[in-house]
Amino acid sequence: MGTIYIMWLRELKRFWRSKARVIGSLAQPVLFLVALGFGLGPIFQQAGGGNYIEFLAPGIIGMSILFSAMFMGIQVIWDREFGFLKETLVAPVSRYRIMLGRTLGGATVASIQGLLVLAISMLIGFMPKSLVMIPVAVVFMFMIAVLFTALGTAIASKLEDMQGFQLIINFVIMPLFFLSGALFPVDNLPNAFKVIIQIDPLSYGIDGLRAAFTGLAHLGLLLDLFVLASLTIIATVIGSYLFSKIEV
Amino acid sequence: MEKTEENIIEVKNLIKKFGNFTAVDNISFNVKKGEVFAFLGPNGAGKTTTIKILTTLLHPTSGNVIVNGFSPVTNQDKVRHSFGIVFQDPSLDDELTAYENMEFHAVLYGIKPNAIKDRITELLKLVELWDRRNDLVKTFSGGMKRRLEIARGLIHHPKILFLDEPTLGLDPQTRNFLWEYIKNMSKKEDMTVFLTTHYMEEADRIADRIAVIDNGKIIEIGPPGKLKKDTKSKTLEDAFLKLTGHNIREESASVKDHMRLHRRMWTRR
Repeated sequence: MGTIYIMWLRELKRFWRSKARVIGSLAQPVLFLVALGFGLGPIFQQAGGGNYIEFLAPGIIGMSILFSAMFMGIQVIWDREFGFLKETLVAPVSRYRIMLGRTLGGATVASIQGLLVLAISMLIGFMPKSLVMIPVAVVFMFMIAVLFTALGTAIASKLEDMQGFQLIINFVIMPLFFLSGALFPVDNLPNAFKVIIQIDPLSYGIDGLRAAFTGLAHLGLLLDLFVLASLTIIATVIGSYLFSKIEV
Repeated sequence: MEKTEENIIEVKNLIKKFGNFTAVDNISFNVKKGEVFAFLGPNGAGKTTTIKILTTLLHPTSGNVIVNGFSPVTNQDKVRHSFGIVFQDPSLDDELTAYENMEFHAVLYGIKPNAIKDRITELLKLVELWDRRNDLVKTFSGGMKRRLEIARGLIHHPKILFLDEPTLGLDPQTRNFLWEYIKNMSKKEDMTVFLTTHYMEEADRIADRIAVIDNGKIIEIGPPGKLKKDTKSKTLEDAFLKLTGHNIREESASVKDHMRLHRRMWTRR
């Protein structure tokens, strides 16, 4: 227990001390919310989609969690080259615990970022339908966060250095985001595209967030919950396994 | 049986290959309990690889290794409890304070919560960092970081202390301070010290025995005096050069340099 807690605490302390980074990481989601929300809002409304900000905000919250969580996971590479990883790898504790502590810490940080984006989106006009469902939304946020921190850790455990970083952004993070239904309704899309969206794990997270916040789900809250929880467990298991095999 | 009690580290026919490259080529040696043992060799000789194998970070390709009576391959936790280590590259968390780095280590090594504060206080005072305990490590100089790492490596009272070029880039004052401290510690606690260094006069002064390693093989092993006598050299440096030749070694690096650049790009704001 001590190991998991101290790893978790480390991530939170680092987060708390790097306020510049926190603000930096909020810039992108805010830009998306404002530019897309206000820019495409009128067209969305004319097409009968309703209030676009309402539709968009859960997607952008999901996006900010996806980005933060993946970066938190990928930080294993930094720790590896800058030595701190070795300090944890020679310690007489199970590497699974170290991985779990890191992941929970990273996921907590990513969830906090998600909550900050929620607060900002409420400032510019987003209003959750029911307050009772907010805890459900928080559960979804945390699951998205754990899933992608674990995925980031898994990828980083197999990478030697940051050379592949750009590849991860362009071939993993960006597709996960754009093909998740975060920005547009899925209902009237071509079937092939729908299939792709159903393969994307983030789709379930964002659909779940949307269901909790606005009551509008494409896939259904229970299905979202089930798929997301399963994938989170699978990613954590794979991530811990790969992390435990790191040689430095 | 008696032999294992005397030797705290036993290495027999150790081989480590990375693909086609043989980093450690069939070496055997023992380190006695309480001894200060130095590993000397040019860049890329296999020193760090050997330390990584002894400290469970790498698996050997073949051969037998025993550290404090346990195998680093099959009994990792027991081995990990036995040693403290100061790595060649800094391994502190820059974003944490000196005290937090120490505390982190103490928790990972299962030190009882009521003992943590006393031990950290004692060690930080010993390495003269107590006044800076609440400062972030990123504000520390290289020498201060080294002192902190050594203090950290000693929190759990290890039987063996591994030091991989611990004095690289430090001024003579700090080096002197560190070695004096380590030597006293080794005597007082009967702690074995396994070190590598490029400073020959340091090795000459500190080490009870020295192994000269080159191209993954141990060329010569014995007390500093014997090495000098065998090679008919006045200084250990001359003995070293006679044993390993004058060629300058290339070490493959660059991945790390890349990382440094990236990190600077990402953390500067």
